[in-house]
Amino acid sequence: MADASLYTITRASKIKSVASLEPRWVRFLLTLSALLFLVFFLLIPLIAVFYQALKAGFGPYFGALKDPDAWAAIRLTLFTAAIAVTANLIFGVFAAWAISKFEFFGKNFLITLIDLPFAVSPVISGMIFVLLFGLQGLLGPYLAEHDIQIIFAVPGIVLATLFVTFPFVARELIPLMQAQGSEEEEAAIVLGAGGLRTFFRITLPNIKWGLIYGVILCNARAMGEFGAVSVVSGHIRGLTNTIPLHVEILYNDSNIVGAFAVASILAFLALVTLVIKTAVEGQVRGEISDRAKKGALS
Amino acid sequence: MAFKFKKNSVLPGFGMSLGLSLTYLSLIVLIPLSSLAFKTGADLTWSQFLSTITSPRVLASYRLTFLASAVAATINGIFGLLVAWVLVRYTFPGKKIIDAMVDLPFALPTAVAGITLTALYSKNGWIGRFLADAGIEVAYTPLGIIVALTFIGLPFVVRTLQPVLQDFDPQLEEAAASLGATRLKTFTAVIFPNLLPALLTGFALAFARALGEYGSVVFIAGNMPMKTEIASLLIYTKLEQYEYAEATAIALVMLVFSFIMLFLINGLQAWNARRQS
Repeated sequence: MADASLYTITRASKIKSVASLEPRWVRFLLTLSALLFLVFFLLIPLIAVFYQALKAGFGPYFGALKDPDAWAAIRLTLFTAAIAVTANLIFGVFAAWAISKFEFFGKNFLITLIDLPFAVSPVISGMIFVLLFGLQGLLGPYLAEHDIQIIFAVPGIVLATLFVTFPFVARELIPLMQAQGSEEEEAAIVLGAGGLRTFFRITLPNIKWGLIYGVILCNARAMGEFGAVSVVSGHIRGLTNTIPLHVEILYNDSNIVGAFAVASILAFLALVTLVIKTAVEGQVRGEISDRAKKGALS
Repeated sequence: MAFKFKKNSVLPGFGMSLGLSLTYLSLIVLIPLSSLAFKTGADLTWSQFLSTITSPRVLASYRLTFLASAVAATINGIFGLLVAWVLVRYTFPGKKIIDAMVDLPFALPTAVAGITLTALYSKNGWIGRFLADAGIEVAYTPLGIIVALTFIGLPFVVRTLQPVLQDFDPQLEEAAASLGATRLKTFTAVIFPNLLPALLTGFALAFARALGEYGSVVFIAGNMPMKTEIASLLIYTKLEQYEYAEATAIALVMLVFSFIMLFLINGLQAWNARRQS
């Protein structure tokens, strides 16, 4: 039996190498054109960011980074991203628990609603908060009376960022926890563990890589969001500028080196995100198959 | 049997987790989004709404947005298929790094992509210089918009095609080959029809993303009304001029199109999943 299956595997792979491969020159041409496309659209832009930033040497580069307005932008971006990631992480875990562990009416509709912010254009994502909280907005008169400022201030930036990064953690966790099933949690509860203990001892270790994956993507978007934040920010230097908005201001001032110096922080962040994402991806796949294997054994 | 909202389960926390999720969803997403419809209903009559969205400048921006997005998504369809094919089927040095790099447009903030592409494609940029010699201007023309939209849509087609190509049953190709089909015939008659649902899904995802894109486009577009002004930018401009009613009307139309795309993509993904199983 084992010999027969081994035989078919080697046979299949032999046939594959003969029948399903293109002639050498076709393979070469296809690979070359794919790589050329990627060089022009990915590699050259990536190199260009760092080249433009360091064009005038390290002095002007670090000068642009040490500027107090740049520091204020970096602080605001870190503050906003910290809130957005924390809030959406908590929401993501709760939503994924409700959706993956229980069968209830309207579940698929709820999943569609969670994905909704991905379908909304960035400018519209910012604009809806202006329509709610702006001076001419639905709640505008009330807020003005009580001297509360949301639009053109930090709360607006946080809200817009919360909106655009809303689905990231939830949409990573929902399919992962659905694929893992809930037998282990049920066993823990039946054996007398409490709900919190079950979550921290059983669920969390099983989903930790998926969680990290969602957080990484959520954080990258939170720090890099431009359109939505631009609408609600008002572009007040030192007060309501995030890093991407600071890049825009420097660029529009024709301070090209400064703009690219600050942009290089974001490009570096993108590279770090890609490295972590690639490293974590394999672990997430492992989380799905490990649990499936355990299920098959029991 | 009577209607039951939820099936029984021994696990705790259903009420709390669903309740918290729905509250947060309503506060951050549903209530803010519905303000768009309220505001349009409150500020505009039907005829004002129609005259706003059919004014020449608005129509020109819709046309440009849709055309540029369609061209960019098509380029991504063709090259995305090529890149996915090469990454799954062939081996070459540096393949893993290149595979990881495909996600760069997802990770790179749009403003950074915008200023970088503008620097590259302007008349004295690394790439624009050679194109200018050939008489082609990219930056500050509709071509620039297409370049930016191609960049941000690049990962969609590659990432939807890769798993389908990976799981493709080699026996289908073997059967075609043993029946005497040439490699090209096998591709067009056997492989391509099986890839089509995923290819269309990737195309639709790239197209939907391009429709709403703002950050990467504003720097390279030049933003001339009637010529290089995309819908997102027009909404932004109207907001800056405090013409909220017009901005909401233009935005509402774009939002409806986004939701139609979402619906279409869900349908395509279901088709794709059926083809896979």
